[in-house]
Parts: sequence; structure tokens; C-alpha cells
Amino acid sequence: MWRRILALILKELTSLWKDPKTRAVLLVPPLVQVVVFAYAATFDVNHVPLAVWNEDNGAISAELVRRFAASPAFHVAAVPDHPAAAAALLDAKDVVAVLHVRQNFSARVLAGQTAAVELLLDARRSNTALLVEGYAATIVQDFALDYQPIHTPPLTLDVRDWFNPTLDPQWFILPGLVAVLSLIVSMLVSSLSLARERELGTFEQMLVTPLRPLEIMIGKAVPAAIVGVLEAHIIVAAALLWFRLPFTGSVPLLELALLVYMLASVGVGLAISSFARTQQQAILGVFVFAAPAIMLSGFASPVENMPQALEWLSRLDPVRWMLVVARGVFLQDMPAAVAVQAIWPMAAIAAALLAGATVSVRRALR
Amino acid sequence: MTPALVRLRGLLRKEIFQVLRDPSSLLIAFLLPVVLLAVNGYGISLDARHMGLAVVTELPAEDTREIMQALIASPYLAPVQATSTEAGTQLLTAGKVRGILVLREDFSARLKRPSRWPARAQLLANATDPNTARILEGYVAGALLTWAAGQQEEKRLLPAGSITLEHRYWFNPELRSADFIVPGMVAFVMSMVGTLLTALVVAREWERGTMESMLASPARMGEIIAARLICYYGLGMLGMAISFLMAILLFGVPFRGSFAMLGASASLFLLFALAFGLFISTLARSQFVAAQVAFLTTLLPALMLSGMLFDIASMPGWLQALTYIFPVRYLVSILQTLFLAGTVWPLVLANLAALAVAATVTIGATLAVTRRRLD
Repeated sequence: MWRRILALILKELTSLWKDPKTRAVLLVPPLVQVVVFAYAATFDVNHVPLAVWNEDNGAISAELVRRFAASPAFHVAAVPDHPAAAAALLDAKDVVAVLHVRQNFSARVLAGQTAAVELLLDARRSNTALLVEGYAATIVQDFALDYQPIHTPPLTLDVRDWFNPTLDPQWFILPGLVAVLSLIVSMLVSSLSLARERELGTFEQMLVTPLRPLEIMIGKAVPAAIVGVLEAHIIVAAALLWFRLPFTGSVPLLELALLVYMLASVGVGLAISSFARTQQQAILGVFVFAAPAIMLSGFASPVENMPQALEWLSRLDPVRWMLVVARGVFLQDMPAAVAVQAIWPMAAIAAALLAGATVSVRRALR
Repeated sequence: MTPALVRLRGLLRKEIFQVLRDPSSLLIAFLLPVVLLAVNGYGISLDARHMGLAVVTELPAEDTREIMQALIASPYLAPVQATSTEAGTQLLTAGKVRGILVLREDFSARLKRPSRWPARAQLLANATDPNTARILEGYVAGALLTWAAGQQEEKRLLPAGSITLEHRYWFNPELRSADFIVPGMVAFVMSMVGTLLTALVVAREWERGTMESMLASPARMGEIIAARLICYYGLGMLGMAISFLMAILLFGVPFRGSFAMLGASASLFLLFALAFGLFISTLARSQFVAAQVAFLTTLLPALMLSGMLFDIASMPGWLQALTYIFPVRYLVSILQTLFLAGTVWPLVLANLAALAVAATVTIGATLAVTRRRLD
């Protein structure tokens, strides 16, 4: 039995490796994507274009504008002098925000009156607008303190950022990419290998071999899992060597989680291919599963923000649990006891799906 | 009717039959937009709500109880009492809370005596997700300062003659998350649907050997491609209509722009995406490779490089340059503007021109590759 399974596994791996295009598709894009996406996924604002509409000609507003220009968050891209020009800049997305200083600003500050500066933000640019407002508020606050030192505040909040002290967005996104990219590859390999045999009619040929359904399933599942695990390791290596992420946790824990995760992902792939009669249907299935699975996993936005029903649904999503472990072992020195709480749901998902797929293949064989 | 038109009509019928026989094309056009928009429209939210916060009060007093009440009152925070910093740390590592607020023994004593101000509260934040950590810090600081301001006479905290920042959010004054996300999401869905509809078609014909029979027919390559584009264009536009209706009716996103521009940008983008799918599948020849390439060149760029979630202006320069290659960024820009701002002609026309270039280049490239494949 084991020799037959081994032969099937070797056959699957050979057929993946022998075609240069397939080989290239498995190896090159993940590396390219890791680099591109790690740099893309920044919720930081650096050097965003700002328009300054200064109706005041006093020294104090000039100093305030200098503060904005000197901040690494902004660069002054335009100085409109009437409202329509400012609005046009915002409309055309030439600037993210317009800083508006009204007439008599400097005079009011000197007279000890309350003086307000106005910030107009382009809310199409999702949460950039929120961050820009935060930076602007800090600049104005610091500026105000220099001009009118207020009394000592009754309380202050000291913040310490654990696990990612420099708030580096790459530290957040890279462990996520380990999970997401390996998911896509292993699901495609597993779901298409069965669907292709069906579409091309070679599935019937398998029936006349001595292979039993369970053996076919193992023979299809293992190569896909191997490919996925290898893919994950390529990304882990890139994260550690190129992006210099810390790795605070335990390697065996990560390996265990990856193995279980890949089995779950292959389980989804095989379950999809048991419904699909053609490769196109299988690919559709992969998309319909993968896109929501990635979105609901917490990859881009936190799971707690979702409505309760979707939060529950996301518990069936293996990606969610893998993200917990990946981020945990990279950054948080996650204790084994905590990691296990995320690994067992993946194991349950994997077991259910693989069992279901075996049953359905057995039925198809009769 | 010229022979070319007769052939085109025949090819169109063939494509339509093929679509109707295999439900997967119809599912891509109709089911995929519904699933993607529903899940992602509700699922991606940048509004943080109910963020877990462990509160450690080393010496409970009147003040600290009031602070706890103030934290509970915040809709953004879900505070729980923890007996010690260690207990809080355990909750933090288990992912139950996102931060620990520590009020030390001397906190309320110092708060009572202005001579010993400021009383220091400490927030230990889980910064694994830096964005959420910043938001948490903002809300905790906000809740504490609001409470403190309520305690003091307002005058002393906000002395006369201060400088303040007023802000106004244009296009989305209430900062509704759906308004942020959904227009970009429609572009994301279109990008998936367009490429997927065609990516597998030609690869499948090569794999099954039916491509050779097409070549033996009198139909020319341009006609074959035109028939495919027309057929899937119809399907894709129906998918677009579904997405648009869901955005307006289900998510209540306003639409302030011109319908003609919406139709024009969707059409040009769809032509690009469909031609790109044909291009991939012609080069790939196997459905596995075609699917992989489609995944890598549409799903993740549409999510990460389109400006839908992550602002392009904040990316490194080389990456900003790279985003111009992926036409989905032009569509995202147009849709966000048409939905939220109205028809801003300079922006819409510039992006529309970029989409037209992308569509022309891709169709040309597809024709070129297909011709070469014939030899």
C-alpha cells in the first residue's frame, strides 16, 4: 500500500516539476509578491501631498506652515489662494488634504483669542484621511504648546508598544503573507489535480489501477501539502533574511501549525474538486473560497471589527487560525498552550474536509 | 451580410452555447460578485469597535472606578478588569485583549493633588498590528482626557487663546466604512470576474485539443477573439450591474457621478480584463498555469496595489511606479470619485484615457500572441 501511495506522490510531484511553466509559476511569483506586498501594505503616511491655503499673512501662520512642511508626513504640493482652487485640488486627488488658515489668525493668537486652523480631508482615501488628521492634530498641538504653555495636565498616558516597538507594518503583513500565499498555491494544486484527471478522462484510468480511494486521496493530498509547505518556507526565509523580521517563538510550533494548516487547505481543495467536473469549475471554487477566506481571516483588518455573524463564520476559516500562530511565533514568543488553541480548530477543519473528500471520491469510484 | 459577419455570428452562437452548457461561467459572472461584495462589504471594516482592553487597578479608588466607567462608556473599547499586570499579560498573549491599561498604586493620590500632577497611566499595547494599536492608543487617550476634562473646569484645561485644529471630511463626512470600502470593492470584483471569465477559455481549448479544430475552420483569429470578447463582455456587464445595485441598495453607498462615465469606465476596464485573461491563457496553454497567473496578477494587485485599502501615495516610489501597470488602480480611482464625489472631469477623463490605453495594448498583445501561436 505505502509503495503504491509513494509512487502516486512521486508521479504527482514529477508532473508538477517537469513542466518549466508550472515550475516557474510555483517559484517566482511568491517571491515577487512577498517583496511587492510587504512594501505596499503600509497604513503609514509618509510624504503625502498637502495644499496650504493661507489667507493670513502674519508671522505665526508662516511658522505653522513651516512646521507642516518640515514634518516627514507631509510635503506641500500646492498653495491655492482661493476656495475653488483648493476644492479642485482635493477633487482631482492632487492632494490628500488642504490646510486652511483664515485671515487674522496671527493677530488672534497674539491677542490671546482662540484661533482655529481648518483641515479639509479627502475621505475617499480611506484611512489615510484618519491618519493624516492624527498627524496634523499632533503638529498643531505641539505648536500651540510652544505659543501658550498650558498648566501641567492632571494625567498623562504613557504608551509602550509591545511586540512591534517601531510599529513597522511589514512585521504585521509578512507573517500574514506566509499564510495567504501558501493557501492559494496548495489549494490550486490539490483542487486542479483531481479536476484535471476528470476533465481529461484519466480519472477512469486510475480506476483500473490497484489504487484504492483512500490511497488516491493521500496521493493527491500529500504533494499539494508538500508544495504549500515549501512555499511557506520560501516566504519565511524571505521575511527573516530580507526583511529582518524577528523570530521570537518556537520553530517546531510553526512547523506543526504549517503542516496542519496545509492539510486543511488541501482538504478544501479536494472538497472543491469533488464537486467540480472541469478545471474551470475547480478554479471558480478556489476563488469563491479563497477571496472571502483571506478577507475574513484578519489579514487586512481585525476580526473583532466584523459583525458578530461573520466573526463566527471566520472561526471555520483556517487562514484566521494560521495568522494567529504565524504572528504569534514571529513576534510574540507565543507559548505552546496558546498556539494549540489555534492549531486544534485547523486540525478539526482538516480532518472533516479530508474525510468528506475521501467519502465522495469513494462514491465517485463506484 | 458579409461572410465575416456570418462567421462572427456563428462564433458568437458557439461561445454562447459553451457558456450556457457549463454553468461555471455564469456562476463567475453572477455568483462571484454577490459573494465577494457581501462578504467583503460587511467583513472589511476599518472602524474599530469593542477593542478588548485589560484594566489593572493596583489601588482601587473613586477616581479609578470613574475611569473604568468612562472606558466602558466608549463604544470603541471593551474593558475588563484584570487583577495584576501578569494576568493582563496572559489575556494579551491569548489574544483576548489588545492592550493593558495600568493605573499604579499612587495614581489616584497624585491625581488629587495638583502639585503632584501629572498622574501617570500606562498603556501596554499589542503592536503586532500597528494600525489597530495606534487606534487603540487614540481611543484610550481620548477616554482618559475626556474624563479628566469633565473633572476640571473646562477653562483650566482649555485656556483662552489656544490654537485648535478643526477638520472636515469631504465626500464622506460621517466616515462610513462602507462608503470607503464598497466602491473599491466593486473594482476588485470586476477585476476578478473579467480575468476569470476568459483566463481559462483558451487554455482549455489547447488542453482539450479543440483549438486545432478552430484553426481548421475558415474563421480568422481576430474574429474568434472578437466573438469571445463580445460574449463575455455581456456577461461581465451584467455582473457589474449586480455589483452596482448591491452597492447602492444593500450598502447604501451614494452615487453622485454620471452613469455614462460609469458605463464607459466599466466597459473599458472589462475589455482590458477580458483581453488580459485571453492573453494569459494563450501563453499558458494549461489551465493550471493560467489560473495561477490570473490569481497572482489580479487578486493580490487588486487588493494591495489599487489604492482600495492601502494608499498609493504612502508607498515607496518604485512601488508607486509599479501600480501604474495594473489598470485596476484607474478603475478604483474613477469609481471612488463617481460614487462619493461626483464627476470630476479632469480626474475621470485622465483615468479613462489610461484604461483605454490598457485595453488597446492588451487586445493588441493578445492578437499578436495568438497569431504567433498559429505558426
